Amino acid sequence: MIRARTSSACRATLLRNISYRLLRVWQRNFDVSRVTWKTNVLPPLLEPMLYIFAFGFGLGAYVERISFQGRTYDYVAFLAPGMVAVGVMFHSVFECMYGAFVRMRYQKTFEAILHTPLLIEDILAGEVLWGATKGLFAGTAILAVITAFGLASYPASLLILPASFAAGIMFAGFGLLFAAVSPYIDNLNLPTFLFITPMFLFSGTFFPLDGMPTWLKAVAAALPLTHLVEVTRAAAFGRLSWGLAVNFAFLAVVGLAVSYQAIKLMKGRLIK
Amino acid sequence: MASDAKKVVEARGVVKNYGDFEAVRGIDFDIRAGECFGLLGPNGAGKTTTVKMLCCVLPLTGGEISVFGMSAGAHPREIKARVGVCPQENNLDPDFGARQNLLVFSRYYDLPKAEAARRADELIKRFRLEDKAGVCVEDLSGGLKRRLMVARALINDPDLVVLDEPTAGLDPQSKHQIWDEVKALKGAGKTVLLTTHNMEEAQLLCDRLIIVDLGAIIESGPPGEIVARHAADSTRPTLEDVFLKLTGKQLRE
Repeated sequence: MIRARTSSACRATLLRNISYRLLRVWQRNFDVSRVTWKTNVLPPLLEPMLYIFAFGFGLGAYVERISFQGRTYDYVAFLAPGMVAVGVMFHSVFECMYGAFVRMRYQKTFEAILHTPLLIEDILAGEVLWGATKGLFAGTAILAVITAFGLASYPASLLILPASFAAGIMFAGFGLLFAAVSPYIDNLNLPTFLFITPMFLFSGTFFPLDGMPTWLKAVAAALPLTHLVEVTRAAAFGRLSWGLAVNFAFLAVVGLAVSYQAIKLMKGRLIK
Repeated sequence: MASDAKKVVEARGVVKNYGDFEAVRGIDFDIRAGECFGLLGPNGAGKTTTVKMLCCVLPLTGGEISVFGMSAGAHPREIKARVGVCPQENNLDPDFGARQNLLVFSRYYDLPKAEAARRADELIKRFRLEDKAGVCVEDLSGGLKRRLMVARALINDPDLVVLDEPTAGLDPQSKHQIWDEVKALKGAGKTVLLTTHNMEEAQLLCDRLIIVDLGAIIESGPPGEIVARHAADSTRPTLEDVFLKLTGKQLRE
């Protein structure tokens, strides 16, 4: 009982300590990205396009049509919205994994900002917001490219934008969580191998989940990226349904829970 | 300026434990408005921990610190808005130039843009960083980085300036420049908290100081008085002689 009360008081403090000042951290990271965009923004943005070319057009020459939810599509059309989702994931998760780790550990950015009116909660919430922004940015940019190839149907595809932001919060939260529990930067290879790469491959990105064994389908449904892929593909195909509300709810609930946990763990790590 | 008796910082029974390790074991001190207060001690004595608690960055395990009459635990934002800190380790933004570092920092204090630009230019001039204003800080020398760190600590026009070993590793020119700056701050009515290993620096700048060792205060007072108190022990005593006598000559850490 006492334990429960303490933890709810702790939660209240943590949430109360997040203020509008988190925007200052966002602005700082935005300014950095304006300086370093050629090296830090372009390559991760172009990477999903490589997949579209290699798998969509390359492999697509052999797997011309793919059956998905009772209809058949060009393979490249099937793949393209999956790559939008992958871009969102990579952009936001790595920003808050490696990026935040470097700012915390090597550049001591958080320590510097802590001496100003910002509290640690402002700083970490600002990091999550920034990671989500990068996800939104990646989602928007890749959507623009697949639109140019005629692979996105409108207005349904506009739903990809809020989905990218919601998923961006979730992946940024996961990234910060991994950064918070990793003693050294090399440890971050582990969640990449165990979590991010499996999501990249098994979230319905490259092939429909329908054909997989039941147990693998159940695993895929638990993978966060699956829920973003469901939205981006339905939107790109112009096949919106109320079922997508479940996917949105998953992104929002998991996103907020993970971000909260990440801020709590990182705060515990930095403020002894 | 307020009367001499006005206290900017009051620390009472301050304790800090990291797990089983007692870093600070119940220390009391006051810092008066307008003075330069020295915090001396060997490596690992608890100086930086004390500074961090006073700057509302670390919570206290026990005791109480009030700054500007506000409790450090209860009013961190209000206190931090009026304190400027140069931490021991440089933590400038490596992706920005010197001026941009100041401008980005000014946003954390919600300074209006025009005012921030004015202060940044003034500080760049005051710390003689004009030639380097646009140079990426990665490419600055250690001395220039340190000067920029001190300049950055002044961007919010703080009432209390906390300098944690500001001159460590600096050449004599940069060192003297920072000393002049500390004197200028005092002249402008600011309160300064200085931690240092440089006894000459402490003797020159500090109105009063405390020497801490193993998390406790072992000597306090104006540097001249501290030296005089221990004068009988040596023919030409300096603060360094007293420091070594009090803290022992064995290596720390």
